[in-house]
Amino acid sequence: MPSAPHPAVAPGEPAPLVVARGLVKRFGEFLAVDGVDFEIRRGECFGFLGPNGAGKTSTMRMIACMSPVSGGTLRVLGMDPATDGPAIRSRLGLVPQEDSLDLELTVLDNLIVYARYFDIPRAVARERAMELLDFAQLTERARDRVEPLSGGMKRRLTIARALVSRPDLIILDEPTTGLDPQARHLLWDRLYRLKQEGVTQVVTTHYMEEAEQLCDRLVIMDHGRFAAEGSPRELIGRYSTREVVELRFATHDDQTEALSLAPMAQRIEALPDRLLLYSDEGDAILTEAHRRGYAPVSGLVRRSTLEDVFLRLTGRTLVD
Amino acid sequence: MTGSRRRARPLWLRSLGYWAFQYKRTWRSSVTSSFLEPLLFLTAMGIGLGSLVDRHVHHVAGVSYLAFVGPGLLASAAMQVGTSEATYPVMGAIKWIRTYFAMLATPLRVIDVLTGHLAWIVVRLSMVSGIFLGVLAAFGLVRSWEAVLALPAGVLTGLAFSAPIVAFAATQEKDAAFSIIYRFGVVPLFLFSGIFFPITLLPGWLQPVAWATPLYHGVALCRSLVLGGAPLGASVVHAAYLLALIAAGYALATVTYRRRLSV
Repeated sequence: MPSAPHPAVAPGEPAPLVVARGLVKRFGEFLAVDGVDFEIRRGECFGFLGPNGAGKTSTMRMIACMSPVSGGTLRVLGMDPATDGPAIRSRLGLVPQEDSLDLELTVLDNLIVYARYFDIPRAVARERAMELLDFAQLTERARDRVEPLSGGMKRRLTIARALVSRPDLIILDEPTTGLDPQARHLLWDRLYRLKQEGVTQVVTTHYMEEAEQLCDRLVIMDHGRFAAEGSPRELIGRYSTREVVELRFATHDDQTEALSLAPMAQRIEALPDRLLLYSDEGDAILTEAHRRGYAPVSGLVRRSTLEDVFLRLTGRTLVD
Repeated sequence: MTGSRRRARPLWLRSLGYWAFQYKRTWRSSVTSSFLEPLLFLTAMGIGLGSLVDRHVHHVAGVSYLAFVGPGLLASAAMQVGTSEATYPVMGAIKWIRTYFAMLATPLRVIDVLTGHLAWIVVRLSMVSGIFLGVLAAFGLVRSWEAVLALPAGVLTGLAFSAPIVAFAATQEKDAAFSIIYRFGVVPLFLFSGIFFPITLLPGWLQPVAWATPLYHGVALCRSLVLGGAPLGASVVHAAYLLALIAAGYALATVTYRRRLSV
């Protein structure tokens, strides 16, 4: 996989599904998206990561042709959202952050009503709806109203609904926010199956684990710009070390004393409750800490994750 | 993407399709009340109050009180349905159920969402006016074929409320303003637009106010069509006034809908 920021399309390779150049979204004075460039290729899962308010949803809504572009250029499926909205949207599937299911209608009717917006004949819509309910593990609830369904079921139904038109590109805005671990894992499994079937996916999330699981390539957004882009592994390689040593001490003085380990690590971070030492040789640091008699209450060596990259790039300050 | 060669359905018709589909949930109670309302009003106002009025005044504007009040109540029923369909369902489609946003993720555009919803209101107004007209006929108040035109007249009356009100509803964050529309709009219009007595009986300064309201024109139009012998010139003026309100409301709604839904 090429690691250049904007990989050029190789000869013979199909054109990217989405191309953005200097893309801007402005709400009055506020710059939500501040001139970003990206390409989304056929068959891949592309992720937008970032803290709340980073501009992820604004970018997604522009790709979905639901929000007008304020500046720069955007091409989706080779067309211009400003003039070809209906033609583009007829080939997209959107899973919005906020559910827009009709709570009073049944599960099945929600799919049929939605299919009718795409002018899919009623009989075809019913057939596809039954297939998708099976895919979403909702077949038993087909005749039930949507309102009493659990959050996970509603998300699965929303994903099924986005697939009813057999889209070329499916856009998922925080698909698993607010779900319990079981529901989240089931959703990941379904999204993975979709990818196997060749459906291109664009995902926003602030769950790093989700991004590592699902995304082939991703960008980390902060304040409307891209702080980094690449595959999860590339990003970890570029912005973090192979391993992280986490040391917890009984007292603050003990922790301060252990700061003398710093020269052994590539980077050190002192948090109120623990010391993080970033290094490719975690075990060596841990052994040295014990040898010097620092006696941490707990000490562990773990692999670097995307979360380490994310926190390094976007900071630990709370964003509200 | 269906692989068939049939012609694609217009986008606004697909939005109308949703509203028709979801109506199946409530159509029984809705149709029942469309019958009951004229029945109750005509019995109470026309026969009850009417017998008293007729005994003392003999006739209002040359007809029995029942015949005077009946067509006006049709116009008022259209106003009420036109108003209620343009308030809470619009708020629901924006904030509560978010139907509009579901539609906008599909090929539908903002203009299709708006036009389809108004088209559905036209369907509802046709049902209500048609049923009301049937009840008027059952009371023996329909005298000529001209009365059939009271159905489109009822639709125009209702839509003259719906179009501006959907434009307004799309600007609202809460439903609080809707009850104000009822209290200070619908109720006074119902009382003072010539349904129960000719507006010539109002104080002089109030008459131009009544004349400016859409319901007055709806009432006058429906009444002359149902009772027969509607003067052409006046009917054209009434209809044109209602149409102008509809056109203005629709134009305004294209702006407020776009501002609200396409950000």
